[in-house]
Amino acid sequence: MLKINNLKASIEGKDILKGINLEVKAGEIHAIMGPNGSGKSTLASILAGREEFEVTDGSIEYQEKDLLALAPEERAAEGIFLAFQYPVEIPGVSSTNFLKTAVNQIREYKGIEPINSVEFLSMLKDKMKLVDIDQSLLQRSVNEGFSGGEKKRNEIFQMAILEPKLSILDETDSGLDIDALKIVSDGVNKLRSKDNATIVVTHYQRLLNYIVPDYVHVLYNGRIVKSGGKELAIELEEKGYDWIKQESDAQLA
Amino acid sequence: MSQEQDTQILDKLTKSEYKYGWESKFESDSAPKGLSEDIVRFISAKKNEPEWLLEWRLKAYRKWLTMKEPKWPNVTFPPINYQDIIYYSAPKQKAKPQSMDEIDPELRETFEKLGISLDEQKRLTGVAVDAVIDSVSVATTFKKTLGELGIIFCSFSEAVQEHPELVKKYVGSVVPANDNYFAALNSAVFSDGSFCYIPKGVRCPMELSTYFRINAANTGQFERTLIVAEEGSYVSYLEGCTAPMRDEHQLHAAVVEIYAAKDAEVKYSTVQNWYPGNDEGKGGVYNFVTKRGLCAGDSSKISWTQVETGSAITWKYPSCILKGDNSVGEFYSVAVTNKYQQADTGTKMTHIGKNTRSRIVSKGISAGKSQNSYRGLVKVLKRAENARNFSQCDSLLMGDQCGAHTFPYIEVDNTSAIVEHEATTSKIGEDQIFYCNQRGIDDENAVALIVNGFAKEVMNKLPMEFAVEARKLLALTLEGSVG
Repeated sequence: MLKINNLKASIEGKDILKGINLEVKAGEIHAIMGPNGSGKSTLASILAGREEFEVTDGSIEYQEKDLLALAPEERAAEGIFLAFQYPVEIPGVSSTNFLKTAVNQIREYKGIEPINSVEFLSMLKDKMKLVDIDQSLLQRSVNEGFSGGEKKRNEIFQMAILEPKLSILDETDSGLDIDALKIVSDGVNKLRSKDNATIVVTHYQRLLNYIVPDYVHVLYNGRIVKSGGKELAIELEEKGYDWIKQESDAQLA
Repeated sequence: MSQEQDTQILDKLTKSEYKYGWESKFESDSAPKGLSEDIVRFISAKKNEPEWLLEWRLKAYRKWLTMKEPKWPNVTFPPINYQDIIYYSAPKQKAKPQSMDEIDPELRETFEKLGISLDEQKRLTGVAVDAVIDSVSVATTFKKTLGELGIIFCSFSEAVQEHPELVKKYVGSVVPANDNYFAALNSAVFSDGSFCYIPKGVRCPMELSTYFRINAANTGQFERTLIVAEEGSYVSYLEGCTAPMRDEHQLHAAVVEIYAAKDAEVKYSTVQNWYPGNDEGKGGVYNFVTKRGLCAGDSSKISWTQVETGSAITWKYPSCILKGDNSVGEFYSVAVTNKYQQADTGTKMTHIGKNTRSRIVSKGISAGKSQNSYRGLVKVLKRAENARNFSQCDSLLMGDQCGAHTFPYIEVDNTSAIVEHEATTSKIGEDQIFYCNQRGIDDENAVALIVNGFAKEVMNKLPMEFAVEARKLLALTLEGSVG
């Protein structure tokens, strides 16, 4: 589904990613871990099409397409979804209106007729149950005045509505208490299928107790320095990131 | 988003064309260019007006000669040559049409281009339309239904002929002929407009709507609207405008007067999209308008709602004089400026009666190289015990070449008054746009969404039929103007 080849990227002349290689197949969950400043969120942003980063080398192939040639909204229409670390507030725009606009524009991209209101409402209802969010949230402006937990749940709710092929969860666990963490993970697990894939970007192993990854990659200093199964995450939790840093720095030296 | 990307999007958006630019080819019946007592007499004669109205016009004209153009608005424009304007132009009509079938097909086409076919409106929305093209009313619908309730809704000139006593009583009672430079000019040369009278205790069952158009080249548009709501009555009045594209500037100096008796309520809604000029700031309408409502009776209410997206220059302060005790004045405004547009708009709330209340909600949106100013005056007079005002002025900026300004004036002469003012300024964030993009929404739709969200409180005040159009208009005006 996704092939990242020797991806290098910088912002304002500073190199952040220094050659990332990663392949994600349908049905898989990949966790990307690493210390602060290792480039995790940058990778997520580049996949989603954030333009402040400059890709200096390498390529990203997504479903046989050149991902880097697509605008952010085209990527979304092609099934890429980013659950934001800091979801953005849009005052005065109800979640319902926002989602309907999104759904219809994606449909337009695919050449499908706009969704009718009845169909849309019943879809909203189904998906609300999935992530256990309250109907009142839909009437409120997008993310405005939401608590940290509500914002993250709203991201997963949007993900449920848009039914992406490749979901990228950027530090979705940050700021969540244990109950919210369970609800969010639960939602992600329910949405999982053999046809879609998930990339979980996280600093802590905690989330991975609930969303169990097939692969764990450790990002350090702009490179994936170690990959393994879910047990790697547990090892990291016990030993911290220092041993990886030392190993990696030793190799470079 | 990178700076370069911003610029690209900005360019793309600001280049969206004015979509109402065409010129109908009616034969005009025009006065020669220029202004003099003879022209005033010519107009009055054309309209077959009574002597007192001619005198009233002449008095206004003589007063105007002694006045000077106001210089205080935060706008700049080259001097207007008032002798280079045609002050009267009427489309030729054989006889008064009795039904839509008799209306000039080209005129009907014009309406269709505007997306407001009378047929459609009659059939679907139940809106009675008094259409004003180049200063003379050509179609008045639903007159019969309204007539049965005693409601008068007709062109101003018709009212002069058929209801001279009402016109004489109320014209100039809210906006005196010598009120200001442009009101005096209008009083001297007004060509037509709308008249609306709601008798005592009658609730007007439908929205009354007028669409204004400036048509013949070089014609100043001097509309005059008079709305009188008698005791305990209610009316909601809609005004919409569109003007074709032209290189030269067109002057529009209208006057709107609203009179509300005891317990009467008048809602006045405007969607203004006069031609704003081209990408270089060439052409466009100068919209210098005096709109004022008088809450004459106790517990009366006047509410102004405006969505201003057009005109090269807008200079307009729909105001309320709260004379009756417990009367209420409201002003809800969305003003959008793009390209080289300049808007200096706001309101005046004058509290005279006891327990009078006013509410001001102003949303200014600036894009391109435009300048958008809110100017508002809240005045509480000595005898206005327990007056209340709440004002909220929010500005939204797009890009970094535009300006937003707020000039709130407060004059309070009674210590029991409570006057509150809140103001915010924000910029459409790249984060917001990217968030929308990531959900599949492109830049244009993202801007439309964010701007409509920003203006929601005002948009919600518009009658249904208008709200849809206004939302589209907002999106259209700002097409491609952000990053």
